[in-house]
Amino acid sequence: MTDMSTLSTFLTHIGLGHFLFISGMLFSLGIYGVVTRKNAVMVLMGIELILNSANINFVAFARYGNYGFHGQLAALFVIILAAAESAIALAIVLNIYKTFNNVNVDEIDKLRE
Amino acid sequence: MDLYLILFYFFAIITLVSAFFVVTTRNVIYAAFNLMLTLFGVAGFYVLLGADFIAIVQLIVYVGGILILLIFGVMLTNKITDTDIKSGFLNRVPGLLIVGTFAGILIGTLLKSTWRIAAPLPPPVAGLVGIGNLLMTEYTLIFEILGAVLLIALIGAASIARKQSN
Repeated sequence: MTDMSTLSTFLTHIGLGHFLFISGMLFSLGIYGVVTRKNAVMVLMGIELILNSANINFVAFARYGNYGFHGQLAALFVIILAAAESAIALAIVLNIYKTFNNVNVDEIDKLRE
Repeated sequence: MDLYLILFYFFAIITLVSAFFVVTTRNVIYAAFNLMLTLFGVAGFYVLLGADFIAIVQLIVYVGGILILLIFGVMLTNKITDTDIKSGFLNRVPGLLIVGTFAGILIGTLLKSTWRIAAPLPPPVAGLVGIGNLLMTEYTLIFEILGAVLLIALIGAASIARKQSN
C-alpha cells in the first residue's frame, strides 16, 4: 500500500525529479539519434536534443536549488553556443556534400577528395 | 488536478513523443518538424520552471534560427529532384541496447537520489531585470567573449560554406 501511495504522490506533486526524468529521457533519445543516424543533419538534430536536456537540468536546478538567475544564465550561454555550433556544423556538412555528393556519416572516410 | 500538473504532463507528452519521432522517423523533413515540437515543449518546461526569458530565447533562437538552419541543411544536401528525403540507420540494435541500459541507469540514479532542495521554495518571478543586471555585472566578461565567439563562428561558417572562387 505504501508503494501505491508513494507512486500517486510522485505523480501528482511535480518536483525536481520530474524535470530530471524528462531531461534524462531527452538525453538518451539524443544519444540514440547521434549513434544510429546515417544522415549528418540528423546527427545534428540529436545533438540539439542533448543540449536541450542539459538546459532543462540547468534551469531546474536553478529553480529548486534556489540559485536565482545563475542557472538560467548558464542555459542562455548554452543556447548561444548551440547557435554557433550548428552554423559551423552545417557549413561543414555543405562542404562535405560538395566534395562527396552525400552526407552519410558511414561513407565519408577520407579527409581529402 | 491543478493547472500546473496538467500543463506539466501536456508538455512532457509533447516533448517526449516528438523527440522519439525525431530519432526514429526516416523522413528528414518529418524529423525537423518534430524537432520543432520538441523545442516548443522544452520552452514550456522553462515557463513552468519560472524562466520566462529563457523560454522566449529558446523560441527565438532555436525555433526561429537553428531549426531553419537545419532545414536549409536538409534542402541543400539532398537533390531537390529527389521526391523522398530519407535517412537510413546504422547500428540500430547495439545502439538501442547501449542507450537503453544507459537510460535505465541514468533515470534510476536520478530518481533514487535525494536532492537537497532549498527549503521554502520561492514563487517563480519574472526575470528580465535580474538577468540583465547579472549580465552587466558578474558575467560581463563571459557575455563579451560569447559575443565575439558568435561573430567569429558566423563569419567562419559563411566563409567555409561559400563557393570556392577558383
